[in-house]
Amino acid sequence: MSLFRKMALIIAAISVVILSGCSGQEYNMREGVTEISREVYSLHMIAIWVCVAIGIITFGAMFYSMVAHRKSKHPNPAKFSHSTTVEIIWTVIPFIILIALSIPAVSLLIKMEDASDSELSVMVKGYQWKWEYKYIDGDDNLGNDVSFFSNLDQASRDQASNSGKWFSGTEITDDNYLLEVDNPLVIPVDTKVRFLVTAEDVIHSFWVPDFSVKKDAIPGFINEVWTKVDEPGVYRGVCAELCGKDHGFMPIVVKVLPKEEYNAWYAEKVAEAEAGPDLNERTMSQLMAEGEVAYNKYCSSCHMPNGEGNGPFPSLVGTEMVTGEGSIGEHIDVVLNGVPGTAMQAFGNQLTEAEIAAIITYERNAWDNDTGDKVQPQEIHDIKNGGGE
Amino acid sequence: MADHKPKGISRWLFTTNHKDIGTMYLVFSFIMFLIGGAMAMVIRAELFQPGLQFVEPNFFNQMTTLHGLIMVFGAVMPATVGLANWLIPMMIGAPDMALPRMNNWSFWILPAAFGLLLSSLFMEGGAPNFGWTFYAPLSTTYGPPSTDFFIFGVHLMGISSIMGAINVIVTVFNMRAPGMTLMKMPLFVWTWLITAFLLVMVMPVLAGAVTMMLTDRHFGTSFFDAAGGGDPVLFQHVFWFFGHPEVYIMILPAFGIASAIIPTFARKKLFGYSSMVYATASIAFLSFIVWAHHMFTVGMPVKGELFFMIATMLIAVPTGVKVFNWIATMWQGSITYETPMLYALAFVILFTIGGFSGVMLALTPVDWQYHDTYFVVAHFHYVLFPGAIFGTMAAVYYWLPKWTGRMYDEKLAKWHFWLSIVFVNLTFFPMHFSGLAGMQRRVPDYAIMFSDFNMMSSIGAFGLGLMQLLFAWILIKVCILEKGEKATDQVWEGAEGLEFTHLPSPAPYHTFDTPPKVD
Repeated sequence: MSLFRKMALIIAAISVVILSGCSGQEYNMREGVTEISREVYSLHMIAIWVCVAIGIITFGAMFYSMVAHRKSKHPNPAKFSHSTTVEIIWTVIPFIILIALSIPAVSLLIKMEDASDSELSVMVKGYQWKWEYKYIDGDDNLGNDVSFFSNLDQASRDQASNSGKWFSGTEITDDNYLLEVDNPLVIPVDTKVRFLVTAEDVIHSFWVPDFSVKKDAIPGFINEVWTKVDEPGVYRGVCAELCGKDHGFMPIVVKVLPKEEYNAWYAEKVAEAEAGPDLNERTMSQLMAEGEVAYNKYCSSCHMPNGEGNGPFPSLVGTEMVTGEGSIGEHIDVVLNGVPGTAMQAFGNQLTEAEIAAIITYERNAWDNDTGDKVQPQEIHDIKNGGGE
Repeated sequence: MADHKPKGISRWLFTTNHKDIGTMYLVFSFIMFLIGGAMAMVIRAELFQPGLQFVEPNFFNQMTTLHGLIMVFGAVMPATVGLANWLIPMMIGAPDMALPRMNNWSFWILPAAFGLLLSSLFMEGGAPNFGWTFYAPLSTTYGPPSTDFFIFGVHLMGISSIMGAINVIVTVFNMRAPGMTLMKMPLFVWTWLITAFLLVMVMPVLAGAVTMMLTDRHFGTSFFDAAGGGDPVLFQHVFWFFGHPEVYIMILPAFGIASAIIPTFARKKLFGYSSMVYATASIAFLSFIVWAHHMFTVGMPVKGELFFMIATMLIAVPTGVKVFNWIATMWQGSITYETPMLYALAFVILFTIGGFSGVMLALTPVDWQYHDTYFVVAHFHYVLFPGAIFGTMAAVYYWLPKWTGRMYDEKLAKWHFWLSIVFVNLTFFPMHFSGLAGMQRRVPDYAIMFSDFNMMSSIGAFGLGLMQLLFAWILIKVCILEKGEKATDQVWEGAEGLEFTHLPSPAPYHTFDTPPKVD
């Protein structure tokens, strides 16, 4: 008897600990900041409590039987092995419970899938391993023709690569480690925003838990999902579909601004786009300095910080394409247009002319490559716009 | 007739004896379980704390991919096939499996298949790194060169499974002893018969998927490439049309095992035998029409999502019937708690918990939040580890004395059980929380708010891994060192079934030269 009492006590203690944890933010789904996400949260909580109730009844009966009908207490087993009545009862009752659960689920799902009457659309495109946001179809100049890329921030990148060996590494304490980006997506508050989700290379998934939005980004297809956020703030999500080696390193940050602030931000972005790229001539040391920063941000995760490559990603140290005689044209072409069918993307539209020029100069002169070649932003600009060298 | 047994290595290489083949399957499965488990240890070591400490992300992805593939195709499936080989002939009063030479082949293909798969670890570009679900185009366009070895490996595993399944179907339909009607067959035979039908229906679908991959990779087709008119989502439909029944292929035999063990130790007949059979068949049928619940976020039409949601929720009904029947079997019984019973009970409780999270996952609007998070990882590890694997362990402890003629070390086995229970929950329960809080699957690193639960999971996983070495020792003691008390013919006081009532322990090499009469 005492053994069973002890077991029961231990189980009760564990359940208390677990259930008391259920209210915390780190333990449970967040309620989020949209009407939909709150309804999702309450459906989730209903489902949990239904499961807990069924669990208590079922396991309660089971544990009672385990204790009361053990051989030492109940040496003569009963003979029954069938009862149509109870079997019908325990078929029908779960059926009714499931119907009850499905009613709110059906109506909520229909609501979630209705993206009509949106005021602004943002094209969300997944790349290995970054997001591109492009504003289209906005009412009242909410957004058109602005687009930018969003990468994991440098601080997270540095911490990930410096975290080092077991227990000896620097402890990571940054609350937003792996949850911060260089250019967040910005949307206005209280506005129905439609996301058109697609991908460039492999399947990604656009997930912002606080909006209860998750949609796969599939190359060649466009998915639709929407949100309408109640409170301004910064909301964080992640890519939720395995998309290759840096799958864990492509966060999503959405900044929700009050309407006027959003308009100001948008006007600034438009002005930036209209001003055109910075094509000023740079010295070798400027190119190398800018190139190192850009290389580490965009290239090092595949080609490694030391340029030596890794597995399918070719080395850039002393290889024909980087140091070979007259290879510079091909080098520029690969960076601008990528290599089809491989993980090497076309960076022409992802990076500025200055960044591309700096990266190529850096690759051709770092790590003892020392070719002395120098590429200027203007050259890249000319090639991109149809001009030759 | 003397119980003639061939000797030496050729006994195993060329054997057509269902017991030898069953043993080889079980040994192979256990080796794969340890290899796949070692990969899980690598995964949990990397996830012990935030930051990248141990392996680089690409290798991490190789580990998750191989861990999944090995556990599904190398550990769980061969284990249940091994049990089928050992038990089905003894349970239905047959001398052997119906197609013994094919049986030999279906086993020996497996080491070749896994040799191919594991050799990819040492290839340039590394092993497959796209997850066990190998979604296109990550696996087709962006997969490493070793993807071709993976494809051929999967082909071989499929051939092996189909041959094993055909053997079970033919054996059950043709080799039953006189009087052994279908509705008198032990539930384990029933569940395996239904599993075998699932296998012959879906393994060709998987073979089709990998063949399309192969032609996409090398022969210029574009089944899964939108740029050529194909569709990456087609891959997922085809894969999950295989993949969803696959989860029942892994769990149905465990249902049969629980239905054998619980009555024995409750000393009471199984409650609701016929509804158990019908429930199993309904689950198998439903498993074919719910595949797209793995794909609620791919952008299906809303009507499609509603259909798959409702159909998925329905599975809870027959599954519930099974659980209630097991509890009713125990009700008013006279229960003792030997190790097989402990495992069977843990199976019922923890599998049900996995079922609860399954119902939650079925609700499409909420599934958007759960999908591809650790909540899903928690869910399917609850149905697979305490479900399929504890079910298999229950079976091994339950029938080991019949196979070897010796009792295992009950005291060590109890340690194995209680520590496994603690560690399995410590490993997988916190994953529910980290998933709900927003931790996505298949990542080598995570934000610091998930640190505590990941550390717990890792400690649990290391403990759980260690416990399996204890299991190995318990088995070695009985099978190789030949230690342990002699088992009686009936082995367990309440045991029924031909293998306990009509056969000595250990069961002779050739059983039922003349079929027993079943009344």
